[in-house]
Amino acid sequence: MKPWVRWLILFLFAVYFFGPMVSTFIESTKYPGHPSSLRAWKALVTNDQVFHAIGQSLLLCVTTVVLMLVLLLPTMIWVRLRLPKLRRIIEFLCLLPLTIPALVIVVGINGVYAWVNYFFGYSPWVLTFAYVVLVLPYAYRSLDSALSSLDITTLAEAARSLGAGWFTVIARVIVPNLGAGILSAAFISVALVLGEYTFASLLNYQTLPVVIALFGKSNANVSDAASLATIIFAAALLLLLSFASGRSRGRKGA
Amino acid sequence: MRRVRSLASWLGVLPFFGYLLIFLLIPTVVVAVGAFRNDTSFTMSNIRALGDSAVLEALWKSVELSAASAIIGALLGALLAAVIVAGPQTSLLRRVVTSLAGALAQTGGVALAFAWMATVGLSGTVTTLMQNAFGWNMGNSLWLFELPGLTLVYCYFQIPLMVIVFLPALDGLRPQWREAAETLGATRWQYLTQVAVPLLRPAFLGSLLLLFANAFAAYATAAALISQGQTILPLMIRAALTSEVVLGQAHLAYAIALEMIVVVAIVMTGYALIVRRSSRWMR
Repeated sequence: MKPWVRWLILFLFAVYFFGPMVSTFIESTKYPGHPSSLRAWKALVTNDQVFHAIGQSLLLCVTTVVLMLVLLLPTMIWVRLRLPKLRRIIEFLCLLPLTIPALVIVVGINGVYAWVNYFFGYSPWVLTFAYVVLVLPYAYRSLDSALSSLDITTLAEAARSLGAGWFTVIARVIVPNLGAGILSAAFISVALVLGEYTFASLLNYQTLPVVIALFGKSNANVSDAASLATIIFAAALLLLLSFASGRSRGRKGA
Repeated sequence: MRRVRSLASWLGVLPFFGYLLIFLLIPTVVVAVGAFRNDTSFTMSNIRALGDSAVLEALWKSVELSAASAIIGALLGALLAAVIVAGPQTSLLRRVVTSLAGALAQTGGVALAFAWMATVGLSGTVTTLMQNAFGWNMGNSLWLFELPGLTLVYCYFQIPLMVIVFLPALDGLRPQWREAAETLGATRWQYLTQVAVPLLRPAFLGSLLLLFANAFAAYATAAALISQGQTILPLMIRAALTSEVVLGQAHLAYAIALEMIVVVAIVMTGYALIVRRSSRWMR
């Protein structure tokens, strides 16, 4: 491809992708009949409802990442070490949420959530349980490729022969070697949870995307500001991830 | 003793299976069974209701939207991926494009709906610009909230998704293959049409199906864009779930949800078959 063709194509894509973002910024500062102002951006921290929703969404990101890792990582390591026959089944189950749309799960999850609410109350963090299922396919892929690049059987045997118990093998020998994979599983999960709307809106929890949609009718400037902030935050996070994982890949020389 | 130990091994995976049973399989089974029930007994009436003209029309629109946004997204996404794959894997351009693509494809949702309303909505920047420059008011016709507008907005997350899933396939094209073709006297065009395209075809078709499933299952963007109305299947489910006027609508939601599973499952099975075939070449 000739360089100028390449740059022309890139320019056109840049217009298509950055155009709406620039528009969103302009709209967030525009008040008909008044000079434009950054009031809506200040509202992200001063408006109680928005601020609270941001907090809820960030909290959900943390709880989802933690529960996902606690549930998935030991299982995947355990299956590789002790039950290799189950690997295909685990893979199938982890990728299943790609085939069952989130909307469908929401439709059928009322009964389950009645119990969840009975045990854990109605605070938004209970969405964590559904979100772990949602991020499963992406987290699985990141962790699986990290595990594949590591000879965990040898590591485990070495540790076991030195007298380590299974907990030590998993938590102190294998997991510390999976840094890049864990990081990318975590970041992708955060990116997904941050924008998740289907579960939150239909189960009536006030996370950030739900509040953004809510404000759309009464105070669209705040919605625009929060929308743009969400996209920029997620992109920055993923950019950070690309530098972090790029470095560790370079070290391995793959 | 051996049996006891193997039993203990199985205990290790119990939490995982239990979790998926509760939060994935039970909801799915509830939907599948609920589609064949009314409040008291088994019935086929929900399934028959899928044949109503309103539901059929929503299904058709969903398919049209998913197909259009998947085809446009796959073509443009492949083009963008081809442009950035030319540079090294660690180039800043590539990092920025893939990060932004991840944010749009995975976080997107509601935010994308607002971005496009701010651009071409009733008082959006481009709308205002057009109004001032040509006296043409494109905000009047509500096209943004119908199929053409939805397709435009869906491409905003479909193109990025294509970039993410297609880049690895492009990376799999080894420079040696190109060198071998050139050594044998192939022109650029011959290399493209006879080596690169056939090698990439399965990955492209697989990605196309993935994009279709992604658009078909998407809910957030359409829901935020269209607050009232049920033009596509996901919005019809919302209407059935939240409607308080018509009793028994919840069961229609089950039936439509089952219909969605069936469509997405068929598409994803095709995807899995293609990926399995192509992974033999792309290592």
